[in-house]
Amino acid sequence: MEGTAAPAPAIPPAAPLAEPIRNDALLRATRRRRVVSRLIAHGALLLGVLIVAFPIWMTLVGSTHDANTIGRGDVPLLPGIHAAENYATAWNEGGGRTHTTPASVMLRNSLIMAVAIAIGKIAISILSAYAVVFFAFPGRMLAFWAIFITLMLPVEVRIIPTFQVIVDLNLGNTWPGLVIPLIASATATLLFRQFFLTIPDEFVEAAKIDGAGPLRFLKDVVLPLSLTNIAALFVILFIYGWNQYLWPLLIINDRSMETIVVGLSKMIGRGDSQNEWNTIMATAVLALLPPVLVVALMQRWFVRGLTETEK
Amino acid sequence: MQRKVIFQGRLLPLALLAPQLAITVMFFFWPAGRAIYQSLLREDAFGLSSEFVGLENFQDVLSDPNWLNAALNSLVFSGCVAGLALGLALFLAVQADKSLRGVTIYRSLLIWPYAVAPAVAAVLWLFLFQPQVGLIGRWLNAVGIGWDYRLNGRDAMILIVIAAAWKQVAYNFIFFLAGLQSIPASVLEAAAIDGARPTRRFWSIIFPLLSPTTFFLLVVNLTYAFFETFGIIHALTSGGPGQATETLIYKVYVDGVQNLNLGLSSAQSVILMVLVIALTAVQFRAVEKKVHY
Amino acid sequence: MATLSLRDVKKSFAATSVLHGIDLEVADGELVVIVGASGCGKSTLLRIVAGLETPTSGQVVINGRDVTGLEPADRDIAMVFQNYALYPHMTVFGNMAYGLKIRGMAKAEIQRRVAAAAEILGIGPLLERKPKQLSGGQRQRVAMGRAIVREPALFLFDEPLSNLDAKLRVQMRAEIRRLQRRLGVTSLFVTHDQVEAMTLGDRLVVMNAGRPAQVAPPMEIFSRPADIYVAGFIGSPSMNFIPASLDQGNGSARLADGTLIPFADGPRKGTAGMPITLGLRPEHVEPGDGPGSIQLSVELIEPLGSETVVHGRAPGGMAVTARMPGAFTGDRLPVRLPPAQLHVFDADSGRRLDP
Repeated sequence: MEGTAAPAPAIPPAAPLAEPIRNDALLRATRRRRVVSRLIAHGALLLGVLIVAFPIWMTLVGSTHDANTIGRGDVPLLPGIHAAENYATAWNEGGGRTHTTPASVMLRNSLIMAVAIAIGKIAISILSAYAVVFFAFPGRMLAFWAIFITLMLPVEVRIIPTFQVIVDLNLGNTWPGLVIPLIASATATLLFRQFFLTIPDEFVEAAKIDGAGPLRFLKDVVLPLSLTNIAALFVILFIYGWNQYLWPLLIINDRSMETIVVGLSKMIGRGDSQNEWNTIMATAVLALLPPVLVVALMQRWFVRGLTETEK
Repeated sequence: MQRKVIFQGRLLPLALLAPQLAITVMFFFWPAGRAIYQSLLREDAFGLSSEFVGLENFQDVLSDPNWLNAALNSLVFSGCVAGLALGLALFLAVQADKSLRGVTIYRSLLIWPYAVAPAVAAVLWLFLFQPQVGLIGRWLNAVGIGWDYRLNGRDAMILIVIAAAWKQVAYNFIFFLAGLQSIPASVLEAAAIDGARPTRRFWSIIFPLLSPTTFFLLVVNLTYAFFETFGIIHALTSGGPGQATETLIYKVYVDGVQNLNLGLSSAQSVILMVLVIALTAVQFRAVEKKVHY
Repeated sequence: MATLSLRDVKKSFAATSVLHGIDLEVADGELVVIVGASGCGKSTLLRIVAGLETPTSGQVVINGRDVTGLEPADRDIAMVFQNYALYPHMTVFGNMAYGLKIRGMAKAEIQRRVAAAAEILGIGPLLERKPKQLSGGQRQRVAMGRAIVREPALFLFDEPLSNLDAKLRVQMRAEIRRLQRRLGVTSLFVTHDQVEAMTLGDRLVVMNAGRPAQVAPPMEIFSRPADIYVAGFIGSPSMNFIPASLDQGNGSARLADGTLIPFADGPRKGTAGMPITLGLRPEHVEPGDGPGSIQLSVELIEPLGSETVVHGRAPGGMAVTARMPGAFTGDRLPVRLPPAQLHVFDADSGRRLDP
């Protein structure tokens, strides 16, 4: 029917193949374009990596020399030999003009804060998301929107009144006062809610048939399924918690509870050249090491966590 | 949205929600409400009593040249940080998307500044730009470009822009790269066959298809520059020299904590609240329009 | 209008060789179909012609111009992709006009060409819509429209019908054929579907693991397949393959159970007793008793309406499929294997043996 009416074109005869025309100029231009593109790519990326690494490198170098070298202005490009004593000083005694808390204490405080915030957020978010997704009750949508709205205001904007609340509750300079207000946001809840909505109905039905109640289902089915999301969120929230600045600055006056990010900035004072730069740099390295390590070791979860939470 | 198959019960879900709701009410709604309330009050000179002054605080704030200066600083700062961080990140992401060897290594090496706290990033760059001991600071002074961010307002602004953008490039890079990789290769191949060279392919196909990501990142970058950079400013310049780097959020801190002027500070906070809500609302609307396919 | 010439095109990825040296001459206005199973290299070959991949060695010559090493933009080709690859952010008009705008064509000329192509394809009313508002078949047409307006030397089709549902596929198949004939553009069409290949191609290239197993017009491929692979690939249900050996001065085939079947067209070359494979298409299996008939025990009956496909097993355990007109029921089917319809293949190399 179709296509058989029109005559088919002739099959080419087996004639000797003619020499094809080549456009050598165009070929050369094409090849050049490819090579240049590759060079630019590698060059730009290498430059990017260098710019990213350079401040860190200089800080590392600064932490391995003695204070006089730096204070003089002889800024070296290669590491020196004073690493051990600088880090020991930072770790045990602290530094800077005001002789703040030793780094060992500050690191411990930051660790407690970061882990507490991460675990706290994950825990209450799982519970809330579970309630909103797997139940129907009056006020469900209201609760959801109430939590959702918290996305709209970062802590910096409500800083003063939140501070007042803590003071009124007498929670200044305490661990709960430091940690709890920072758990009040909704990113994790939204992520878990999105994930819970994708759990197949069959799982729930099977659990019900087996006689499992909602709490059992949460513990035995939902939690194991959520492990990847929990890992991804943990990385993000750990970094968020570790890097907190304004809130710890306000809440903590007790030197023994100082976090390392805030403590570091206090060491600088006015940025004089008379600072103990070597100790300060050592503290800086200690301050950025844990979150960077977490990102480096859990990179896949980290990227996943970032892209999932911003959907 | 609601699942089809759910559990029965009313008390249990409320109990599960209780922790988050409690914290949300105590540390979010209550303080936010107090901020709004306090923005309508003015304390007397001794801090003993306060009277209701309606929107006077807002009028004072909006006509205060210091506040306008802070607003201008915020705009300049955010614009520079967003522009720098977005532009660099997009450029790097495009290069990384060229399917070279070692792309994963490049990516791993480019993303970890995200883990560094803004305040720590500030310290790192301070060490480089300090006029007497910093490598770059000394070099600038040595070649005749006067450099002292403690005295020169413009130098101070440049320093905090660099410190803030350095951190944010990593974040933007991840999202841009993901966005680029979500464009189907066949669409770009079709463009190549249609006669489009790489530059034209980028501007006529890639950039438009990337616009949801770009827009989203723009909002995130602006929010970051407006609020999360407090640490950088506090560590490096304390808003100086002479308020040259005082942004709106820093001013809230200065007025509220250092000057203890609650009424003014609350009014500023409320204005910032409105701004953030507007930004977030715009962002959500943009995300909804994300799907082209 | 153009000719296409592929000369010893080879392609390897790292250590694996995907194309082992393809030679092909396509005449002006011809539609050549490259058909084969997944992984045989057909898409790679098409992409090499398009310039989306570079061959490890060999030449691609379009209209007497050596285009190997040139970018797709410089080859004067157009391609229709399996997933259509339309520009999602442009209207249908924008999609079709894109290539023309790049070449600096005047607006009026662009209007004219797009309108003409839209007319041929019946997508005139869709010009202002975006791809996501179109159905699969409509998107397919827009993809073809984009290719037509360029008036290229060569059309390339990369399994364009695979994403359509069965009915639409049949309809679009015919439309593509009509279109190509009307425009007379030399075309290269890649598919894994042998029905598409048979109905569309002026000539077929049957690919097997990076090599062309046979290059010939459809009916020749069907009636004289060059090897066991081609014989089994084309035709549905597949050809029956029966192991045998040369006997009687190479003039007959002896089956495993001893049956002797004389060749209808003459003896084959080869050593006596050499293992061979006989091929017989299911539609040539003759139901009926008589001397030399085989009693099949029926395992499965597939009624197709106008015909029935019967899967059976011969007494020796050999599986035989028969296709017969009308309906059939029962658990025994006597069949004869007519010598005139037999194909003979060398059992080791798989190649066809002719007298």
